Amino acid sequence: MDNNATTKVDEMVFEEMKPYFISLYGNPSSMHTFGGQVGKKIEEARERVARLIGAHHTTEIIFTSCGTESDSTAVYSALQAFPERKEIITTRVEHPAIISLSPHLEKQGIAVIQLKVDKYGNLDLNEYDRCLNEETALVTIMTANNETGVVFPVEKMAQMAKERGVLFHTDAVQAAGKIPINMKNSAIDMLSISGHKLHAPKGVGALYLRRGTRFRPFMRGGHQERNRRSGTENVTSIIGLGKAAEIAQAHIEEENIRVKEMRDLLEKEILKRVPRTILNGDKNNRLPNTTNISFEFIEGEGILLLLNELGIAASSGSACTSGSLEPSHVLRAMGVPFTAAHGSIRFSLSRYNTMEEVGYVIENLPPVIENLRSISPYWKDGRPIPEFEPQYK
Amino acid sequence: MWDYSDKVKEYFMNPKNVGVIEDANAVGDVGSITCGDALKLMLKVEDGTEKIVNAKFQTFGCGSAIASSSALTEMIIGKTVKEAEKITNQDIADYLGGLPREKMHCSVLGREALETAIANYRGIDLKQLKEDEGPLVCQCFGIHEKFIEKVVTENSLKTVEEVTNYTKAGGGCQSCHPAIEDIIEKAWREKGKFLHVREEAPKHKPVMTNLQKIALITETIEKEIRPALAQDGGDIELIDIAGNEVYIALRGQCASCISAAYTTENIEDKLRELVSPDIVVHLQSD
Repeated sequence: MDNNATTKVDEMVFEEMKPYFISLYGNPSSMHTFGGQVGKKIEEARERVARLIGAHHTTEIIFTSCGTESDSTAVYSALQAFPERKEIITTRVEHPAIISLSPHLEKQGIAVIQLKVDKYGNLDLNEYDRCLNEETALVTIMTANNETGVVFPVEKMAQMAKERGVLFHTDAVQAAGKIPINMKNSAIDMLSISGHKLHAPKGVGALYLRRGTRFRPFMRGGHQERNRRSGTENVTSIIGLGKAAEIAQAHIEEENIRVKEMRDLLEKEILKRVPRTILNGDKNNRLPNTTNISFEFIEGEGILLLLNELGIAASSGSACTSGSLEPSHVLRAMGVPFTAAHGSIRFSLSRYNTMEEVGYVIENLPPVIENLRSISPYWKDGRPIPEFEPQYK
Repeated sequence: MWDYSDKVKEYFMNPKNVGVIEDANAVGDVGSITCGDALKLMLKVEDGTEKIVNAKFQTFGCGSAIASSSALTEMIIGKTVKEAEKITNQDIADYLGGLPREKMHCSVLGREALETAIANYRGIDLKQLKEDEGPLVCQCFGIHEKFIEKVVTENSLKTVEEVTNYTKAGGGCQSCHPAIEDIIEKAWREKGKFLHVREEAPKHKPVMTNLQKIALITETIEKEIRPALAQDGGDIELIDIAGNEVYIALRGQCASCISAAYTTENIEDKLRELVSPDIVVHLQSD
């Protein structure tokens, strides 16, 4: 139930990778046939990834080590390619792969504009329009939020950026393989993918780079990836990513329907059975696999620990789970009150979840919440203590 | 997932002494839902003997906060108030077989609740106690100077990170970090020890005049760039410099090389590294 964190490697993916660990271990850059056949397999993976996102040319795919590297490559490339532009536009709810760059960029004299979101996690396109200007080197906005699943109108935003001559990058790590992406007629210049979010192994990613886009490499060295990302390729994982992309593309529609059905049942029953719960995010505009629910007046880590004892893995936006002391920056940006933000739980499903598992969570979650609320000083006789409630309503 | 000891897990999964003492004569109510953890500790102290005959708690917080609260109640039942007030936050953590360092503030929360409950029992004005806490240091978590100073002294803390782990102070916007550094230094100075915790300020390159910049660009080309190109039979000609814009032409083998754009990029990187990060190199062809 925590598939936005990572996913199980598909067995077909693993089978495709296996020969390249031991028998076909050649270096794809080698001149001999032994290495060359590995190079060909990488190109096949490139084609498969290109097809998943509808890229015009397979050469528009650069393999990286992860989504974070893809994101950093996009941001730093844009800033180096347009040194006269000293501003980037992003949002307050980006993944840390983007958010964490801000202090570093600001020290280098780059202004980072973070767009606000409303209480449903949606962006204000008017604010975005006002922010775009000739100083903007790059707009980087995620396709779908990792915590709430809310999907942003990146295609429209990319068109708006294009009209002003501004590069547009999107972190599609959570979206790729879950919702259709088509770069053919898109205005998006760069797009990040991570392998382990779509049933490929951890430690591999890709960056889509539209042909003709000005680019500066993040890593330099050898001639791999046409000088755009040096370093010997993570061959087996790249092959795995290719196979995973092929599988995702083939089944994306049917899987979405099945996963959404499970997610909706899970969500509906939790909201019905547990009092004082809040659905975080836009109910109608989000990934089919994600639901984020706040359980008021208790803290998320306690919920996770008790669920863990029951064999249920989920995730929390609670501060205490992360080592930081602030609850989820995404929920706070949406204005979710502290009473709810500390007790938020994200369930994120995949093709491997079953209705039985969903039923198990539905049955076992309510007593967990009741148990923790019985310890909470803010909860009495099945409701919040009256003197406390008005303060945060 | 945090690496909790078996005892922490046990006290979280099956907490002891949860609930309310209706006729409690000592109550310590600390923390808040905004900060992410809160503890209400209730004690029944026997008249005359000052023995704590019952202790219960209610906690809003994570696993270690609940475990720390429960452990505290176990530790103090049967003790006199005087004995109980000697319990430190480290004692609570030790009782639980240790806490992850990022979770030490949970033990401090327990200690704070105990102190407040004892003050309440002794009829000390809790409002006055708050007023005596000194200036507010951490706006994000509402933490005052005296509290930080006390926790630093009691736990021999030396870094801002440790203070954050133990008190949460500095765990939000971080603007209070310099103030926390001052408090740490002061606390150690009072112990007769000097501790310099402030990080060295980053060294900034001095701003150059135009003439200095042109000289440095020329020198960098002569000493760093030209010799490197010469190794491949190439050369560079400096055409012009206008502010941060540097106009060059490639000569020799480099002039006809298919990687001229890549070479230009490398030249730009070198000038940015050694002269100024704002340099832009333009390649001109004949």
